[in-house]
Amino acid sequence: MEHTLAHHDHHSSESSDVFGFWIYILSDCILFATIFAAFAVLRNNLYGGPGIKQFTDLSYVLMETIALLASSFTFGMAIISLYQNNVKAVINWLFVTFLLGAAFIYMEVNEFVHLYLEGFSWQRSAAMSSFFTLVGTHGLHVFIGLLWILTTIMQLSFFGLSDVMKRRMTYLGLFWAFLDIVWIFVFTIVYLMGSI
Amino acid sequence: MTTEHATNNNLGWAKKSVRAYVLGFILCLILTLLSFGFVQFNPVSKELLYVLLTVFAIGQLLVQSVCFLGLNADSQGKWNLLPFIFTGLIIFFLVGGSLWIMYNLNSLMIDSYLVR
Repeated sequence: MEHTLAHHDHHSSESSDVFGFWIYILSDCILFATIFAAFAVLRNNLYGGPGIKQFTDLSYVLMETIALLASSFTFGMAIISLYQNNVKAVINWLFVTFLLGAAFIYMEVNEFVHLYLEGFSWQRSAAMSSFFTLVGTHGLHVFIGLLWILTTIMQLSFFGLSDVMKRRMTYLGLFWAFLDIVWIFVFTIVYLMGSI
Repeated sequence: MTTEHATNNNLGWAKKSVRAYVLGFILCLILTLLSFGFVQFNPVSKELLYVLLTVFAIGQLLVQSVCFLGLNADSQGKWNLLPFIFTGLIIFFLVGGSLWIMYNLNSLMIDSYLVR
């Protein structure tokens, strides 16, 4: 009886921890919603500068999108390996996920540097400010996600698949899937609708 | 006992399977390419294109939430699902409301400018 009670307590604290992280993810969604709203309002205030249409190469952004989508899939494979208690496979899949995420960030930074050098920086117009704020905030999240993946790889190689590590993988999984979901809307609203 | 517990209980998230991930990946890829293709090759009118892009994006949101996140409606999953829906509501008011107000503000500004 005592044992079941203790067991139950352990269970509820663990699930409320994950639930708390989920609430953080949802509040981060609201942060992105405000930035999306600002972008949607300011997107045509170009101050004589170029629109998204003039400076983006859609197929380049499509490659970024596919890289991030593939990284979500490879993270999923890491979770599957976690179920199978295969530490090596988890670390390998995480490493692939890291590479795909790093490719995404590399392409995005490359695009930003290119835009800045052409003179279309965040100081050019309200539309450009909101563009850099929105895409940059997402990029910053992905960058933090990459650091987190590296940390997790190191922790996994030291501690193996303990219960705590499994829970940390759940947090990371929620965060990484959330980043891809936000990117769907960045891709659709900023790039695709901006190119119409 | 605890390890058994940890592997059996997914804290309200559906247990992931390779099948769900592959299905989710393929569906998302198709939806992404469809959106891209419709914009690039422009076969439909502008208004319809906006509607289609919105539908594809929301479709991807649902596919990823179910296949990748494992959002579900069983007794424990409901605790994750309800705040998710509530957040959707807040986002709808926030973005929709901002656009509504700013659209009206802009059109009124242009009117008063023209009157002068």
